[in-house]
Formats: sequence, C-alpha cells, structure tokens
Amino acid sequence: MSAEGAQVSQAPAYEMALVRVEDVVKHFPIGAGLFGGQVVRAVDGVSFEVRSGETLGLVGESGCGKSTLGRVIAQLQPATSGHVFFKDTDLVSLHGEKLRRMRQQMQMIFQDPYASLNPRMTVGDIIGEPLQNFGISRGKEREKRIHEVMRICGLNPNFIRRYPHEFSGGQRQRIGIARALVLNPTFIVADEPISALDVSIQAQIVNLLEDLQDRFKLTYLFIAHDLSVVRHLSDRVAVMYLGKIVEVADSKEIYLNPLHPYTKALLSSIPIPDPDLEAKREPILLKGEIPSPVNPPTGCRFHTRCPIAQFPKCSEEEPALEDKTPGHRAACHFAGQL
Amino acid sequence: MVHKGETVGIVGESGCGKSVTALSVLRLIPDPGKIVGGHIFFKDREVTRMSAEELREFRGNDVAMIFQDPMTSLNPVLRIGFQIKEAMVAHERFDNNAAEERVVPMLKKVRIPAPKDRAKNYPHQFSGGMRQRAMIAMGLSNEPGLLIADEPTTALDVTVQAQIIELLRDLNREMGTAVVLITHNLAVVASLCTRVIVMYAGRIVEQGPTRQIFYNPQHPYTWSLLQSIPRIDSTQHDKLLTISGLPPDLSNPPPGCLFHPRCRFRVDRCSKQEPPLEEVGPGQDARCWVLMKNALAGAESTS
Repeated sequence: MSAEGAQVSQAPAYEMALVRVEDVVKHFPIGAGLFGGQVVRAVDGVSFEVRSGETLGLVGESGCGKSTLGRVIAQLQPATSGHVFFKDTDLVSLHGEKLRRMRQQMQMIFQDPYASLNPRMTVGDIIGEPLQNFGISRGKEREKRIHEVMRICGLNPNFIRRYPHEFSGGQRQRIGIARALVLNPTFIVADEPISALDVSIQAQIVNLLEDLQDRFKLTYLFIAHDLSVVRHLSDRVAVMYLGKIVEVADSKEIYLNPLHPYTKALLSSIPIPDPDLEAKREPILLKGEIPSPVNPPTGCRFHTRCPIAQFPKCSEEEPALEDKTPGHRAACHFAGQL
Repeated sequence: MVHKGETVGIVGESGCGKSVTALSVLRLIPDPGKIVGGHIFFKDREVTRMSAEELREFRGNDVAMIFQDPMTSLNPVLRIGFQIKEAMVAHERFDNNAAEERVVPMLKKVRIPAPKDRAKNYPHQFSGGMRQRAMIAMGLSNEPGLLIADEPTTALDVTVQAQIIELLRDLNREMGTAVVLITHNLAVVASLCTRVIVMYAGRIVEQGPTRQIFYNPQHPYTWSLLQSIPRIDSTQHDKLLTISGLPPDLSNPPPGCLFHPRCRFRVDRCSKQEPPLEEVGPGQDARCWVLMKNALAGAESTS
C-alpha cells in the first residue's frame, strides 16, 4: 500500500505533461554525394515535456535547432526518429485522418506576420480557413465565430473583408494569433511571435498572449532568442545549443541559478536597460560563434567555447541531461562551477 | 551634437528617422530624399555645404559608418584584407605599402583570431560576427574622429552582440574615436553610451546624459518605452505597460505633438501646438508640454 501511495504522489508530474518529447532527432540531408551527402543535425536527440497550462520557453541562438524542434512537435515536419506524445498519443505513429484530427488541438503562430499570411485572402478567409479545413460550422455561424476571435484578439470585426497589407505588423500578428485560436486548441507553438515587431508593439502582443492563456487555459511552447521576453512569459525554460537541450528549469531558478556554463554566459550577455547596473556587470564573453551543425564538436558540443571545459573529459564524453537539483536538469560535467 | 571621443546612442522605433539622420551626416541620403533645411557641422566645417571633392575626403577619413548587415556592405568576390587596404588607399592617407602593412594589425585590433590568415579569406568564409568586426576594422582604418554604427548588432546573436559591444567600448577608449550608435535596443544603449538621443516620428523628443534618460525621463514616450520592455533581471511579474496605437504616418502627421495620439498624459494643448525641445534638467532636453515630473506628480495627488 505504501509503495502504491508513493507512486500516486509521483504520478501527477507525469500526468500533467500535455506534450512529451522523447529522443527526437531531425536531420536534413544536404548535397547528394555518391556515398551519401552530409546531414545537418538540426535536432539531435531531445527529450522534455510541456506541462498542461504552462508556458515552456525554448531559447537558444540562431541555428541551434529551436524552430525545427517547434515544427517537428507541431507535426509540420516529420521527425527523423523519436516520439512526440500529445496527451499520451504518439503523433509520430499517426497518419492521415487521425493525425489531422489531433492537429485541431495544436496550432502554431509564426515569426513573420508578413510571410505567414496569404496576401490574396481576406482576413476573414485567413482566420476562417482552419474552420473550413476541418468542416466546422458554415455561413453565418462561421462568420460569428470569426467575429468573436477577432474581437478577442483586439481586431475590429468590421475589417473582416480587408486584406493583410492593410494592417500594421502588430495587427497582422493579431490575425495570425486569431487564426491559431479559432479552432479552440489546447496547445500553441509560438515561434518568435514578437521578434519582427517594433519595441512599442511587442508589449501589446506579449500581454495579449498572456490574456489568452488565462482565458482559454492554453499551453504554450514559446520559442524565442530574446531571453528577457522568455523570462517574462515562461513558467519553465529550456535552453538549446547546437541541436541539444543543455538545461531545463523553472524560469526563476534558471535566471537566478543557471548551472550550465552556456546558460550562464547567455544570461550575462543580455544587456539590462539600466546604466548603473550595466556599468557594474561583467559579461562572460564566449569565444567565437556557434559551430556548424553539420559537423558538431565531439563530446560536449559546447566544449569549443566553454570557459571551464576540462580536457579530455569534455571533448570525449558527452554529458547527459540529468537532474542536478529536483526539477533542474543540466547537461554538463562541471555544472554550476562557472 | 557629438563631442570628441563621446559615445552617443540614437534610439527609436523603425521609421522614426534615426538612420536617415545618420545618413544625412554623411550626405548619403538616397534620391529623391533631400536635406531641405538645417546645417551639419564637423569640427567647424559645414558638411551641408561641402563640394563633391570635399565630401569624398570627409567620408571615411573623418567619419566612417558601419551598417546592420555586414554581408551587403562587403564585396563577396574580394578578399577581406584587400577590401580593408582599398579603404585606406582610396583616401590617400596611406600609400599602398603602408596600407598593406596596416591590414593585419587592424584585424588584430578588432580581435579577429589568426589575422594574417584571415586577411586572405573571402567574406563568405567569415561568420556574421567576424564580418561585422571586419567592417569595424575597415571603418577605423583611416582613424576617423567619428564612427557611426547603424544597428551593428541587430542581426547578431546575443553572445556575439556582447562581443561587439565590448569591442566598440574598448576601441572608443583606446583610439578615442567618438561613436554614434543607432539602435532600437535601449539596453544596448545603457551598456555602451554616455548620452542618449530619443527620436520619434522624425523628431528628437528627448536627449540627455544616459543616467538621466533612464532614471529620470521627462518625455512620456521615453518613459513609456522604458516601462514596456521586459527586463532579464526583474524578480516579479508585472504586466508590461503598452503604448497604444502605432507611430504616425509621416506623410500625414497629426497636428501638434506627434506623439499625442498615443500619449496617456496628453492635455488639450498637445493636439494644437507642437512643443519645442527645451531644457528640463542639466544637459537634458525634452519636447513636451506636460513633462513626466508633472504628469507623475499629478497622478500621485489624484490617487
């Protein structure tokens, strides 16, 4: 009985996971040599979970594979190997109609509000397209739903027959959000949704995303390179480097007590809009730039830029992503020593 | 006004005119744009009246400029070292041999590893951060008095951005080159600049010493902008303040203060008459009828 009791107390953490990613790999072949071309190891064995109702921030520098991972999770691109569980159904094993039905519950918001909206469609058609695809409602009823989400997203429903070019960047991103919301999804992958917007507009979209989450109990995977925004929005944060997750922890914990030297350097690189604090800060400057994912470094992928790497351990042994303290995972042989 | 050896930040949103201001300094405004009024002086010489010959001499020699995307500023089919040498020879400040000899030290100065080998590389063999370093080397090769950097780190990752900011700071100290940094990122300005100019819709709305602008902003736009950005070091979760609406269409600007349609502190006068840029503190000017000290005092007394 007591053993069972212990199991029950552990179960919620597992059950709370809405999306579980297990050892996902995504390689892109480049060139087609006689003996097989090379591959870009965009995502190279990644496991984590997104808990129901939370915002998980996924951060990393350009080329680290965060967007590819987002697209693989949303099933916009097939994984090379691994599993993506959504409410305990393995999406990777689903095809055709079954996968289509699951997609209704997971939607995506894209970075570029200019490229992600069809310029020849009216706003009403863009937002209503998912309804049409899934054969949900028609005529007056559909229009009512479109009006409703437009209002929710801060768009004037009278503009339903206008075209995307008639809107500003911020409003276009609202259209993208309305389209993601129209099917009442439970999970939204937002890939850099504010980085193309002006500073004074970014806060509007950040606040909108927060309001929508409260109102509709949404779960977000929020992908961004701007760690200040990620800190503001996320409950937990996962840091990616060259196709691998190097650290996952609660948002507060990761910012106050980063264990991986990459996370620490990344955080210290971000300037603070406060001149006195800035004058006191000494950023940890990393050497060079992110290596090519075609030919990633051996052992720990960060060892070529790491200020505390020890050889040969770090260049030979790949560190596992493991619990360093409860709920705080890091992949480093010398975690917390920088 | 930029003083000798100073670091000045020009901040504002896209379309506020910060880049055009910088291009005007070099008289690089593309057609059909024109400087229709005003004067630009550099060390007592009037740039706005220079002949083509004088301008050529002035650009690069006195003032150099680097841009957001270093790839479009570099010639893809010429070696990096050659391009840096060319920049020096073009200004006849150094002869071919002297210029040749300066290339490697310049690359070293901007912290490019193995500069001797790297000088032989083509731009595509450089990473984004290294290209920007090469551009800075080129810009500084003629020892100009002023370097204008237009969003030099916007296309770069944060760890690389930190390297470039550090480099600009060091070069400013070592060589005494004044730096004008044009950016939309207030945090970068806080880190690098001693003075800030805030632009909105083609106008300077506030300027002053960096500490004053960040700790005691007087223009509502500056104040709102600072309140609307999330901070990496914030410990509590407050809702971000938003600035409603959009920057105005400059072909059809609103009457009065250009910011008044979006301003939460506006009074009647704001929509009728444009305020002048007036001194509001030591070295600090703002273009506002209300000013934040009054707006916030008013808010406190009513609450």
